[in-house]
Amino acid sequence: MARETVAEVYERISTKKSPFRLTDFFVQTDRVGMGSVFLVSLVSIFVGLTLALLTGYQLERFGMVMLVPITVVISFTREMGPLLTGIVLAARVGASYTAELGTMTASEEVEAIEGMGIGPLRYLVTPRFLAIFFMTPCLSVVAIVSGIVGAAFISNLSLDLNFSYFYDQTMDSLLVKDVISGMIKSFLFGGIIGWIACFKGLAVRGGAAGVGTATTSSVVTAVTTVIGCDTLCNIFMVSVFK
Amino acid sequence: MITQQETLLEMHNVKFRYADHVVMNGLNLSLKSQETLVVMGPSGGGKSTLLRLLLGILKVDHGSIRFKGKDITKLNRHELNEMRSSIGMVYQYSALMSSMNVHDNIALPLRELSKKTAKEIDKIVDAKLELVGLKDIKEQLPSELSGGMKKRVGLARAMALEPTLILFDEPSSGLDPINSVLIDDLIVALREEHKVASIVVTHTMPSAFRIATSMAMLHDGKIVEEGSPADFRQSKNRFVHEFLSAYLTHGHAKEPKHANS
Repeated sequence: MARETVAEVYERISTKKSPFRLTDFFVQTDRVGMGSVFLVSLVSIFVGLTLALLTGYQLERFGMVMLVPITVVISFTREMGPLLTGIVLAARVGASYTAELGTMTASEEVEAIEGMGIGPLRYLVTPRFLAIFFMTPCLSVVAIVSGIVGAAFISNLSLDLNFSYFYDQTMDSLLVKDVISGMIKSFLFGGIIGWIACFKGLAVRGGAAGVGTATTSSVVTAVTTVIGCDTLCNIFMVSVFK
Repeated sequence: MITQQETLLEMHNVKFRYADHVVMNGLNLSLKSQETLVVMGPSGGGKSTLLRLLLGILKVDHGSIRFKGKDITKLNRHELNEMRSSIGMVYQYSALMSSMNVHDNIALPLRELSKKTAKEIDKIVDAKLELVGLKDIKEQLPSELSGGMKKRVGLARAMALEPTLILFDEPSSGLDPINSVLIDDLIVALREEHKVASIVVTHTMPSAFRIATSMAMLHDGKIVEEGSPADFRQSKNRFVHEFLSAYLTHGHAKEPKHANS
């Protein structure tokens, strides 16, 4: 079916037709991006705050509390930013994709689209998949910034690290390779979540109960796969960049 | 009066099974242009599967389905999609896109499959809504419509690309008698005024006799009886006889208006 979809997309492009409705893509982009900004920021602020606080108390025992900004920046750019974004999106967007496509499948809407001669993967899945694929890195940047802001805030309050010191340390410890590895992971996570969510939605069988089961399965599978892929990426990147 | 017609659709020795359950077991069926063929049969007997095989949504295990002379079982995706644009389908539960309003539902195949401008599409949508007797509901969502209205919007959508054949899956199910007759009248009008052939899957007898120009009884994966509504009434086939007797005993014996048309 994927091959048929690629052929259909190619055919439409070659006949100067848009492979999918751009409006649908922008609607989905808004839903994934704007709809998740607040949640991603909030979760990242809390995690950044906790990370700085706990690391700070441990480092304080060795008189190394000034290392908190570096720790937070490296953790968030390489690991926490993309991972938190992935988990939030799997729960928020992945679940809604599966439930939506699942309901459409159960109510014969997907079949009706196919019956009209419109490829359901091209029409329904492509805008959703591309939206989450491109918005995950953007949201990861939001998560990274939010986490660092949360950490800076608590470091100022509890660890006596002023904002200008935190800012300078952040700028010094931001490495291109960390940012790139974080962004690569983000694209990967976005693709994984989009693919799992849409696949589970289109594979729904058995009405409302089936939609519920598929949605749960989608979130569990996406979160587990994202964490598993994150581990594999880390192993790979550590061995490449060490 | 229907004149000598060409064969629009022909199913030959079609076999199909879901896992171990045999649904079609050497089914033969044909449909002429401008004909309304009513396919009857028991629940779970494969009537809806038959429509899905005709649309190419399900693939036959064996046999051929020829539509306008082309064997659809051998078409590639592109050809199959082209063929589908000549066939409309009205689903049992309407299958309207719940997130789109009525206008967008009807416009969907036109936007995706034709090169018409937005203005042209608007005109067609208006015309199709008028055809099914609906007005001022373009902005409403399917959830705001009654069952009968949903069916009519479904029919308007099926008509959007001017198909030569429309498939109806249980068009009267869940409708009150007034709406049921309304849908029946639309099916008859499609044949008589718009020269569109239809295959209607139903086990609602009054509707079946009201709209059919020919009838077929599906049983055990085969067509056990095929003929005009008059032939059906006089059928000696035991299963057809039982099926019709059950209908008569339930008090729907009154002769419908278009029974022998």
